[in-house]
Amino acid sequence: MLLSLAIWVPIIGALAVLVTGRDRDPTLTRWIALIASIAGFLVTIPLVTEFDTSSAALQFVEKFAWIPRYGIHYHLGVDGISVWFVLLNSLMTIFVVVAGWYVIEDKQAQYYGAFLIMSGLINGAFAAADAALFYVFFEAMLIPMYLIIGIWGGPNRVYAAVKFFLYTLLGSLLMLVALIYLYNVSGGSFEISQYHKVPLAMGVQILLFIAFFLAFAVKVPMWPVHTWLPDAHVEAPTGGSVILAAITLKLGAYGFLRFMLPIVPDASRHLAPLVIVLSLIAIVYIGFVALVQTDMKKLVAYSSISHMGFVTLGFFLFTANGDASALGIEGGLLQMISHGFVSGAMFLCIGVLYDRLHSRNIADYGGVVNTMPRFAALMMLFAMANAGLPGTSGFIGEFTVTLAAVKQGMFWTAAAAGLTLVLGAAYTLWMYKRVIFGDVANDNVRALTDVTAREFWMLAALAILVLAMGLYPAPFTEIMQKSVHELVVHVAKSKL
Amino acid sequence: MKFSYLIVPFAPLAGALLAGLFGRTIGRAGAHTVTILGVLVSFIASVVVALDVFGNGTTFNGPLYTWMVAGGVRFEIGFLIDKLTVTMMLVVAFVSLMVHVYTIGYMADDPGYQRFFSYISLFTFSMLMLVMSNNFLQLFFGWEAVGLVSYLLIGFWFKRPTAIYANLKAFLVNRVGDLGFLLGIGLVLAYTGSLDYETVFDKAAGLKDIAVDLGWLGAPMWATATCILLFIGAMGKSAQVPLHVWLPDSMEGPTPISALIHAATMVTAGIFMVSRMSPLFEMSTTALSFVLVIGATTALFMGFLGIIQYDIKRVVAYSTLSQLGYMTVALGVSAYSAAMFHLVTHAFFKALLFLAAGSVIIGMHHNQDIRWMGGVRKHMPITWMTSLIGSLALIGFPFLSGFYSKDSIILAVGASKIPGATYALVAVTLGVFVTAFYSFRMYFLVFHGNERYDQAPHDDHHDDHGHHGDGKPHESPWVVTLPLVLLAVPSVALGAATLGFFIIDNGYAGAITVAPANDTLGAIRGGLHDWWAMGLHGFVTLPFWLAMAGVLLAWYLYVINPALPVKLRAQFGGLVRILEEKYYFDRFNEFFFAGGARRLGEGLFRFGDRAVIDGAIVNGSAKGVGLLSSLVRHVQTGYIYHYAFVMVAGLMVFLGWLLLRN
Repeated sequence: MLLSLAIWVPIIGALAVLVTGRDRDPTLTRWIALIASIAGFLVTIPLVTEFDTSSAALQFVEKFAWIPRYGIHYHLGVDGISVWFVLLNSLMTIFVVVAGWYVIEDKQAQYYGAFLIMSGLINGAFAAADAALFYVFFEAMLIPMYLIIGIWGGPNRVYAAVKFFLYTLLGSLLMLVALIYLYNVSGGSFEISQYHKVPLAMGVQILLFIAFFLAFAVKVPMWPVHTWLPDAHVEAPTGGSVILAAITLKLGAYGFLRFMLPIVPDASRHLAPLVIVLSLIAIVYIGFVALVQTDMKKLVAYSSISHMGFVTLGFFLFTANGDASALGIEGGLLQMISHGFVSGAMFLCIGVLYDRLHSRNIADYGGVVNTMPRFAALMMLFAMANAGLPGTSGFIGEFTVTLAAVKQGMFWTAAAAGLTLVLGAAYTLWMYKRVIFGDVANDNVRALTDVTAREFWMLAALAILVLAMGLYPAPFTEIMQKSVHELVVHVAKSKL
Repeated sequence: MKFSYLIVPFAPLAGALLAGLFGRTIGRAGAHTVTILGVLVSFIASVVVALDVFGNGTTFNGPLYTWMVAGGVRFEIGFLIDKLTVTMMLVVAFVSLMVHVYTIGYMADDPGYQRFFSYISLFTFSMLMLVMSNNFLQLFFGWEAVGLVSYLLIGFWFKRPTAIYANLKAFLVNRVGDLGFLLGIGLVLAYTGSLDYETVFDKAAGLKDIAVDLGWLGAPMWATATCILLFIGAMGKSAQVPLHVWLPDSMEGPTPISALIHAATMVTAGIFMVSRMSPLFEMSTTALSFVLVIGATTALFMGFLGIIQYDIKRVVAYSTLSQLGYMTVALGVSAYSAAMFHLVTHAFFKALLFLAAGSVIIGMHHNQDIRWMGGVRKHMPITWMTSLIGSLALIGFPFLSGFYSKDSIILAVGASKIPGATYALVAVTLGVFVTAFYSFRMYFLVFHGNERYDQAPHDDHHDDHGHHGDGKPHESPWVVTLPLVLLAVPSVALGAATLGFFIIDNGYAGAITVAPANDTLGAIRGGLHDWWAMGLHGFVTLPFWLAMAGVLLAWYLYVINPALPVKLRAQFGGLVRILEEKYYFDRFNEFFFAGGARRLGEGLFRFGDRAVIDGAIVNGSAKGVGLLSSLVRHVQTGYIYHYAFVMVAGLMVFLGWLLLRN
């Protein structure tokens, strides 16, 4: 019941917003949207507080026949891997609503409606235990995001929206083929857990791996299928960027754990070097690319790709004997959660500046600290988290994954990934220096006003989350560990 | 876990949070009151803990809380309280307290007053957590946290382009070292399965003959690889060649933090860390030799750079680099106790020299160029006397604190037989002359000779306070001079008082491990009786005469015959240029690393992302589809006779094929 609430409360809220929406007086719309997003978050809290950490199985399971003819079920359940993302998604939706409060002046009802619907759909994708149901949610969420970018986006929004849509659709169509194949070989079932068990020959596994990999790698995104992300971010409104970076990227990485590793473990082991190399390219190559960006949003978008490289790296750290790394997988998951907070916060910070100067160009700023000291302090924290400073959440994932790589006997992989210590600090703090530090650069900066109460509390709340997770990540891993352990054991067994 | 252990780090944290978050509410006086109170409480608690540890031999090793359990590895936050820790706690808390008090005077007119106090208290907390750690995780936490505060404080005057350049540089160079450090921690975890010091040291003994496969780097011993990687971290933080480049630039920060962070405490974190890791370093002579050569190079060659500097703070900064080199040399010859000894005495006399330099800077209305000083002793007697004491301690004048620690290091190097020891002995002995020369060059230029401060070109951008009075310097207020006096006392007496503990009685037995073959301090211990005998003997040793030669030369060049240095500078233009360019490290880094990274990023972005992926593949396939459809479109003309023609032609081809096939 809880999971259904997590899906449908925001969607029903969205309907309420759309029905009552008036363009002339958006106050009611905003408040309904806020209440719906808060309610949507509140119903997910018991998922963690009542989570049974001694079990690796799916919990809070709901199962009803949906299309009996094809064995498709409305089957929901979360385990230690997926549960945090339902919470993260529901939480970030609140920030999106607050961030858009006075900023969105056009079609507010549709704006909030799209986000609330997307929130429900994303929860559905994370909670789906049925492959067909997963696919429906996975694809359906493209629509609100497409609309958000295409309607409320920047000047080049149509190109970005189409690029985003086609890129992701192309990958996921291959996944559909893979799922139908699995449906056939598993004797007519769409249960993901059935797919985990079905034996598959190596050739088939490789093909399935490629199909899934394309679908999820585009979403993460991994190099070289990443170029939609900077465009999408640059054109998307602040809220769109927040959800895109904080949540939808995570779905790709989640797919690696839910589909690829357990369904095609032998192919995963076999092709792990490929994923590792692509991850390292994402971390290092994209780190250099981020360094030279002149647009703040593009810079943070590239830094997202680089950070997500740690996630995919952590998932595929197999030893020479073929053992997956629990440390690496947990590190990847922690990196996903943290990146949700940190990238969300970075985009909100850029949004705060953009709302004032209507520019994302680094060169248009300089010396912002003189006029916006409170904002500068908050952004310093997020910049440091983005640079992976210990004590912030940004540190945990990178630290754990790097350690895991050394532990798995891959010293040079760790060394290459570790370059992010320097690169991440370089691109983030160099941007911070040019935007925030220095003397007041121009009259626009001189006229800036510091954060309003709304903006302050929005960022302060994220700051607290970033620090709390950085100082005490134990609760996160406590919930994950059983499921991750189970996954590692499962992946170690051959399905040939 | 004793309550006092918690008080030590968390009292400064409380002060930092209060001053940082509520600075506007509690005001200036409120901010300095809460932070000084916090550090004072921390210092008192440190003394209480120290009395317990030194008096009763108490040690403590236990967790505070479990940070995380991941992949079967337990990451904990906890404390290890032993003599080594307590030494650092006392140094950090005391110097921090002095600097807090001093700051009231130094930063009196600064608009960022509360922020500054918040930062230095936060630094104190971070540094204490670093030294009190009982595991690598927390060590790394503290390691990076002090780096963060250093970054914030170097860039404290964020309007100055030089300051925000220097702080970014400091952070990034330190991050290079941290990469090595992180990989070293990775090797520790990979082979011992733990990050807890005690467990690691226990298990390390069994890893003596284990090699690590490092691909193209071959397969060094585990201990060698781990220790060199950990030491690379220390090279960043403790500013050893070639990762020293950030420290001179860090002088852009306000003087109190130059004393606290960039002389007395943070930069010695690397020295402390290696001492703490002595059980690991003792397993690898290769690693120790590496440490030794890096340290010796830093000790001598950074000293040379101090000779030609004109900025009062930069002279002291290069002196710090050189002295850190001495400490590192001591580590290299397994004289960890001597390194810690020099760390402690240096913390006091170098903090003194920095704060005295700051006092001079206040007196000079924020002019920092020693060419435009001179004769200051008459106007600032306390600053003058304390500077003289600090300088004498620095050059190792017998009976002063620096003498005992530095001579112990030189003796230990002489007793060492590991590869590189001869080079190191030459470097540290010559270094004594260099140290004396640059120290007293500065001393004479500032405090003796003609008063030149009215000749200064008046374009100094350093003047944030803008009060040009009568031009004559005045002695600084008591909040500035009191710390100077309080630091001068240990600068004089601490060496003699603690020689017994550090060297003669081997007080760190149990906290520091030395392999019998490497025990250089053990070898020299027989020749040392007590502080009195060592002090007296100090007058007849080579280092003493080298130091005197340095002082006399400085006296001759800068008091008796001030025209000569100008001539010499012109004479040896090429050599001076190399020194002025700081051996071209900065230019190389700027061109190769900073510029190279930007060029590489630009290239990857323009060519990789834009041209190949987006241009050729993504938009290319879109264009391809468009092209294909524009071709196919010609087929669909809409004219019925076209379609009829194609149908008839097709039918004929088909029929023809059927007929011919038979």
